[in-house]
Amino acid sequence: MRHLLSTEDLGKDDAVRILDTAEEMAAVSDREVKKLPVLRGRTVVNLFFEDSTRTRISFEAAAKRLSADVINFAAKGSSVSKGESLKDTAQTLEAMGADAVVIRHWASGAPARLAASGWIDAAVVNAGDGTHEHPTQALLDAFTMRRNWARINGTASPGTDLSGMKVAIVGDVLHSRVARSNLWLLRTLGADVTMVAPPTLLPVGVAKWPCTVSYDLDETLAAGPDAVMMLRLQGERMNAAFFPSTREYSRRWGFDDRRLKALDSHGLTDTIIMHPGPMNRGLEISAAAADSPRSTVLQQVRNGVSVRMAALYLLLSGETHAAPATIQEAQR
Amino acid sequence: MSTPNEATAYLVKGAAIGSGAAADLLIRNGVITETGTGLSAAGATVIDAEGLVAVPGMVDLHTHLREPGREDAETVETGSRAAALGGFTAVHAMANSSPVADTAGVVEQVYTLGRKAGWTDVRPVGAVTIGLAGERLAELGAMADSRARVRVFSDDGICVHDPVLMRRALEYVKGFDGVIAQHAQEPRLTDGAQMNEGDVSAVLGMTGWPAVAEESIIARDVLLAQHVDSRLHVCHVSTAGSVEIIRWAKQRGIKVTAEVTPHHLWLTDELVRSYDPVYKVNPPLRTDEDVQALRAGLADGTIDIIGTDHAPHPSEAKECEWAQAAMGMTGLETALSVVQHTMIESGLIGWDDFARITSLMPAQIGRLQDQGQPLEAGSAANITLIDPAARWTVEPNKMATMGRNSPFAGRELPGRVVATFYQGHPTVLDGSLNTPRTAEGE
Repeated sequence: MRHLLSTEDLGKDDAVRILDTAEEMAAVSDREVKKLPVLRGRTVVNLFFEDSTRTRISFEAAAKRLSADVINFAAKGSSVSKGESLKDTAQTLEAMGADAVVIRHWASGAPARLAASGWIDAAVVNAGDGTHEHPTQALLDAFTMRRNWARINGTASPGTDLSGMKVAIVGDVLHSRVARSNLWLLRTLGADVTMVAPPTLLPVGVAKWPCTVSYDLDETLAAGPDAVMMLRLQGERMNAAFFPSTREYSRRWGFDDRRLKALDSHGLTDTIIMHPGPMNRGLEISAAAADSPRSTVLQQVRNGVSVRMAALYLLLSGETHAAPATIQEAQR
Repeated sequence: MSTPNEATAYLVKGAAIGSGAAADLLIRNGVITETGTGLSAAGATVIDAEGLVAVPGMVDLHTHLREPGREDAETVETGSRAAALGGFTAVHAMANSSPVADTAGVVEQVYTLGRKAGWTDVRPVGAVTIGLAGERLAELGAMADSRARVRVFSDDGICVHDPVLMRRALEYVKGFDGVIAQHAQEPRLTDGAQMNEGDVSAVLGMTGWPAVAEESIIARDVLLAQHVDSRLHVCHVSTAGSVEIIRWAKQRGIKVTAEVTPHHLWLTDELVRSYDPVYKVNPPLRTDEDVQALRAGLADGTIDIIGTDHAPHPSEAKECEWAQAAMGMTGLETALSVVQHTMIESGLIGWDDFARITSLMPAQIGRLQDQGQPLEAGSAANITLIDPAARWTVEPNKMATMGRNSPFAGRELPGRVVATFYQGHPTVLDGSLNTPRTAEGE
């Protein structure tokens, strides 16, 4: 693995290796001294062209727990402002000796462009690009699902996949990089996916995606999903006539208290409710659902650090197949 | 300076005339004076054209020369050198320069620059609306009456989307036999559009440019053209649905002509998966189904002409994120080869058809008197000599255009321009630039 750009081109072996490595990283995070010396002397740059405090601090914590030096580069600028070009920024980071660049960008494909351009030699990690992909989010979601799925099946998590699991992804699929990354990764890991959204918030071309498409959340819940992932709704979508009002959206596609009760009445005791955050409480998810024991929101945040540690470690250690052994050594 | 250099005589020996048999062409004083076999002429420079194909000099109805205003991207001089090397004896310079070519003054400036360069006939296109703003008609009559004798009017790059303004423009240009060349793009349906809307955009997470945004404008415009009995030309048709609508309109006798670019005859939106902005263009690359429909439409005459939409950009406009990148591709120096590959070598058309779609029809649409004439005695000596057996690899750095944004970079293409005669003067010989033509009285 040279870069981590998308889950669409992430093979099953690599995906499972990242998740298994993340399990080991999680063990580190549970210790009193949450630090490994494995990336000492390496430099990780967080290059953010779009604000995202949560993702940035998650990557920052991950890199620091691996003893890497971290540089935060907030290159935020509006799409029209002609500041420094991506090329110049990349070459600057190269000159500074960056070993990995974690890039968040409002433009779809910017990380792929950076990786393929020849402007920089560093490993590129996509931390969310436009409405394209957010692979580490999907990996932390899969990690969270795998732990729950293994627990239900009474097995240990490492080495397993998500075969047989049914996942519903609900909301603004059209504009969601989380939905896209999750779809490809969940399919790779053997889960069945249903996308639930108003027809206006599904892309033209969704029919070719390897998933079921539904406009009806209640029907999907009645079919017994093992995980329900609610997507964040951007308020400004309403202005572009994607739906009539936030209230109507909430009634038809929000995870409200009525639907929380429906899970119980359907007998779905183990079904989890996921959200990538930040949540719009009362819009796509009710407070009761967000705070219920079914909610994995905080687990997801915690797992995010472990997964990002794993990704950085595997990209920068250069010995992906020998990774677990190296960690064991490092822990001594 | 002194003797007009077209006074020299040239005897082109043994070239196949389009799809027909080999013949000789005697060129004297800018005119084809004699055709036949075994011709000889004392003092004439003999050009051995055995194995070559001769076609009327190519005419591009859709070229961006960027001057005035963006001389960092292209100039009339560099663009017309590229045109000559590509086999073109006339190009229509689109109006989206800076200042916009919306007055007699600007079109005359471009026309004069073209005459001074002398590599090809530079015919300015006039803007339909002032500043391409789509609000008020530019002085179309003044441009038509100017020394540039503008007959093609276009806001290319921007659609004349106001139906009343479009109707008036279509009506008004009837007064001087003009034509409105429409960039068919419904603006509201393409707000922020980055690529074709379909299976690939769904995966890449890019804002889509739906086919219906082109087709709905074409449908409206052919009905408007019918209603006011005017000439409409549709620029860079890119979808299968557009071909169907134009076919329908032609069957009803509506005066519509249409063009397709070489790149839309070959490339598809699958290339966008690379996120390399060299593939960013407007209208966007479509699907293979569209490509096949465009080829069929071009072969059966539904689409009348090839228009290159040659759009050079400085490197920084493409060395960036896809969303930041400029739209457009160079095309003058690859057009012949791409058309040979997609249309001739696929068996869809022959060289006579090639002459029709690259010379006769575009000259007729642009009302160019001395271009697009058949290769026979009495015609203006605008001739392109092609070696159809040649193979070459596209290297943008070696092109005459200042633009390095060729989507065909690295591809091996068939066919090479060996010589270009512009009004009897060889602007290109042995595949290389020769000398510009000196216009009489200058």
